[in-house]
Amino acid sequence: MTGTPGGLSTGSAASVSTRGSAASVLTRGTQRPAATKPRRGPASFVWWIVFIIGLLYFFLPLLGTFAFSMRSEPLFSAYAVVVDDPQFGQTLFYSFLVGIITIVVSTILIVPTAFWVRLRLPRLRPYIEFITLLPFVIPPIILVFGLIRSYSGDPFPLAGSDLGSNVLLIAAYVVLSFPYMYRAVDTGLRSIDVRSLTEASQSLGAGWITVLVRVIFPNLRVSLLSGAFLTLAIVVGEFTIATFLARPAFGPYIELIGGNRAYEPAAVSLISFGLTWIAMGLLGLIGRQSRQKIQIAGAH
Amino acid sequence: MPFLIFTLAFLVIPTFYLASGSFQNLAVAPNDPAHGAFTLQNYSALSQPNLADSYFASIEISLVTAVVGGIFGFLLAYAVIMGGLPRFLRSALMTYSGVASNFAGVPLAFAFTFTVGASGILTPLLLAGGVHLNIYSKTALELAYLYFQFPLMVLIIAPAIDGLRKDWREASENMGASAFQYWRFVAFPILLPSLLGTVILLFGNAFGAQATAFALTGGSINIVTIQITRQIRGDALNDPGIGYALAMGMVAIMAVTIGAYALLQRRAERWQR
Repeated sequence: MTGTPGGLSTGSAASVSTRGSAASVLTRGTQRPAATKPRRGPASFVWWIVFIIGLLYFFLPLLGTFAFSMRSEPLFSAYAVVVDDPQFGQTLFYSFLVGIITIVVSTILIVPTAFWVRLRLPRLRPYIEFITLLPFVIPPIILVFGLIRSYSGDPFPLAGSDLGSNVLLIAAYVVLSFPYMYRAVDTGLRSIDVRSLTEASQSLGAGWITVLVRVIFPNLRVSLLSGAFLTLAIVVGEFTIATFLARPAFGPYIELIGGNRAYEPAAVSLISFGLTWIAMGLLGLIGRQSRQKIQIAGAH
Repeated sequence: MPFLIFTLAFLVIPTFYLASGSFQNLAVAPNDPAHGAFTLQNYSALSQPNLADSYFASIEISLVTAVVGGIFGFLLAYAVIMGGLPRFLRSALMTYSGVASNFAGVPLAFAFTFTVGASGILTPLLLAGGVHLNIYSKTALELAYLYFQFPLMVLIIAPAIDGLRKDWREASENMGASAFQYWRFVAFPILLPSLLGTVILLFGNAFGAQATAFALTGGSINIVTIQITRQIRGDALNDPGIGYALAMGMVAIMAVTIGAYALLQRRAERWQR
């Protein structure tokens, strides 16, 4: 949603705004250097205060949680208990697996669609974009409500069985991933010359599948990875949908031990935060290597 | 296209199911001939004090966190981009905002409980300062929501602030404009669609949130998403039709919100090319 058509990357724009002084001095001899420098001195004191409030807001809950987890004796025992709990590993593995399947399904659905729309049906682009925005209009709580009611009776009693519930869970997550995946792929397609690549491959005898798998797909790696990490960050800790479908996922597990344990929930919360941090860190790494703009926030 | 079939099956049909149910009389037994007949009763039932209150509370919480988070997020983004703070703080803030805006739900609620809850680490300090924070209150929920609201503001508004070109400032200074005039007549009007659009998005972000509220208050706070939670768990209202109407009311508010956001974002992008 934050994609800018010009492909203006945050990084390059940053260098324009904060390092602009040297360049403008060089290009405009008459310009007083002071006028283009970012304001220093007394003015930035206010901005330091703003920044420090933000810093406190960010770290205090984390420090509080950490201190709370340290109340259990001996030190770090809360973490030991969590890691030893077989359910911890099982639910985390389950959520991770669901996340991977979600990403694969989402990729298979989105890439050919975005490719086809770009190449043959540009008229449809606003409509497809509208559809991919729908998950923001239908929040997870409404989506799962509708899914449960639509698929608990005939002709598709999916919500009644384990397998069916897994299917519904993945389907719901795929829907949630649409806005991020579509945007990532669309931005990726914008940066390559889809038409020439396709025509070149076809003139060499490639069919549609070959074009997609061997030409378009490799060119979208970076975009897909960014969409994938964001999807993973959202899916692994997701609570609302998983809990109503009664899935043994990581989000409901955190809530469950929150009800029965004292210090372990603090440990799990921090671990969960660490996982988000890793996913976002990897996303940032990809972003730094590519010139493309990457969206890095989800909805809740 | 498989994409459209998938969307139809797992997004459109479920929503349509709720929508059609919201116009049916489901209060009577299934063998009653009136069962399933068209009615607007479910929607007029939303004016029941309990349900109306849940909407008001949801709107209030979303509005407060969107405006406060929006203002603070903007100031924070401005501080690191234009405020003359060291450059590395900017990338640190952006990374942190990516993490924090995705750090919602149960772990966030727990982090707040352990910090300022009944036996929280900072609670004795707050009490000594005369601050008594009830973790089940709207204020506590708003504080928790702000944890992901203002980072989201930072993420979305930063490119817009970057888009404020040096030339515009220089041009207005050359024509003798004061800093205030530059802001009043140049920067603010350019940023306005972005600011407004993002605040609206934050509103929707808070309005649709369920996990954080559920985990923080144990499902005791009366907001729309928690009402729907009760409705899914068991038929809390003894009438599924009202539950569907409740859901559709939420969809309607979200549709207006996201529509306004998309519109404003399109306007804002004109300046970012």
